[in-house]
Amino acid sequence: MTPDLAREIVDLTLEHLVLVGISMGIAVAVAIPGGILLTRRAPLQGWVIGFANIMQTVPSLALFGVLIPLPFIGGIGKHTAIVALVLYALLPILRNTLTGILGVDPAVRESAVAMGMTGRQLLWDVELPLAARTILAGVRVATVTTIGTATIAAAIGGGGLGVFIFRGLASVDTTLLLAGAVPAALMALLADGGLGWVERKLSRA
Amino acid sequence: MIPLVSFRNVSYRVGGKDILRNLNLDIAAGETLVLLGRSGSGKTTALKMVNALLRPSEGEVVVEGVPTSSWDSIRLRRRIGYVIQEAGLFPHVTVAENVGLVPRLEGWPPEKIQARVQTLLEQVGLPPAQFAARYPRELSGGQRQRVGVARALAADPPLLLFDEPFGALDPVTRVELQRQFLELRRRLGKTAIFVTHDVREALLVATRIALLHNGRPVVVSSPAEFLRAQGEEARAFLSCLDSTVAPA
Repeated sequence: MTPDLAREIVDLTLEHLVLVGISMGIAVAVAIPGGILLTRRAPLQGWVIGFANIMQTVPSLALFGVLIPLPFIGGIGKHTAIVALVLYALLPILRNTLTGILGVDPAVRESAVAMGMTGRQLLWDVELPLAARTILAGVRVATVTTIGTATIAAAIGGGGLGVFIFRGLASVDTTLLLAGAVPAALMALLADGGLGWVERKLSRA
Repeated sequence: MIPLVSFRNVSYRVGGKDILRNLNLDIAAGETLVLLGRSGSGKTTALKMVNALLRPSEGEVVVEGVPTSSWDSIRLRRRIGYVIQEAGLFPHVTVAENVGLVPRLEGWPPEKIQARVQTLLEQVGLPPAQFAARYPRELSGGQRQRVGVARALAADPPLLLFDEPFGALDPVTRVELQRQFLELRRRLGKTAIFVTHDVREALLVATRIALLHNGRPVVVSSPAEFLRAQGEEARAFLSCLDSTVAPA
């Protein structure tokens, strides 16, 4: 491996991390509060989960392509890639937030209300701690998926480790292909292991 | 004397079905009123109206002279202890934190909460040194229910509601807890409304029994009078008393 290739691997890995980090940050910030809101608005649940489901069924390469001609969120570059990655990550987090909170034992919820907890106290002291593990499992699935999907961002100029993969495919160069695929796979394994560890920590409490 | 709780012409309907019909009942301070009835008789519905978990379709429930519709429901609920079957303890916090919950919500200082938790755990027969730091899943059903009772007593509420609290326990543990209930009542003199479908339990813990049938009170009497009640539903319940099969 040439020093140039090594440096590029480091650069693109960092770029990949930033892409995933920003996308996951936005997805978590939207999907967790959104999921909580949905637990309070039963009629909306079907619609929102349906939308998120449809987003997940669109092939990723197609979704990136579809976004390019759109004003504001579209175009070539990182922000379009981030929009697509966020759309993919929403569903698992949203669904798990909903399942986690709705799965709290009704007797526990009832006694919390009967003891005079306000809606806010019920949420922060009872529902979120009890749903934390399920919500985190959703974040874990979304993160691992996003790390993989983010390699396709290179197709629309989003950068990241996908750059190696597309270049490797175009020039039939296995070394380049691996230079993209191996770090991405390692990143996904690390994220999975790390978040899984936090999840187990939570479940013991 | 002004009753602590009054049901005034209370009806409750869900989807065109009458769960409660024209319930009128006064509960005086210091009483243990048992709402006795079969499943679906409306007894739990009546109980949940006292702490505003349910609102009457018609009529009103008056607590300490104020209709529940005029109470701030958070304030009302913090003045009423509530014990349900399987206790409904929070699985993610310790026994001490479960018991100290309402005092914490009420903003008591931590030392005062801790002292109160100790006293209560002793009162319900769970040595604090041994039990305070445990989680609900590390307790037996009977122990969980004791914690449930301690939690209901925590902020020293004048009124306690029990919804089949001992229904899921084995018979030996149930009798132990019934005894403890009587003992605590003697010591603390709380007013209680107690829902059960077990006529033995009703006769044991009640100072007055209201028998509900299809959403209506059919007998309201002292336990001694209840034994002589003549109505069909009362006879049906009383017949459970001598249904024990003698060994051959």
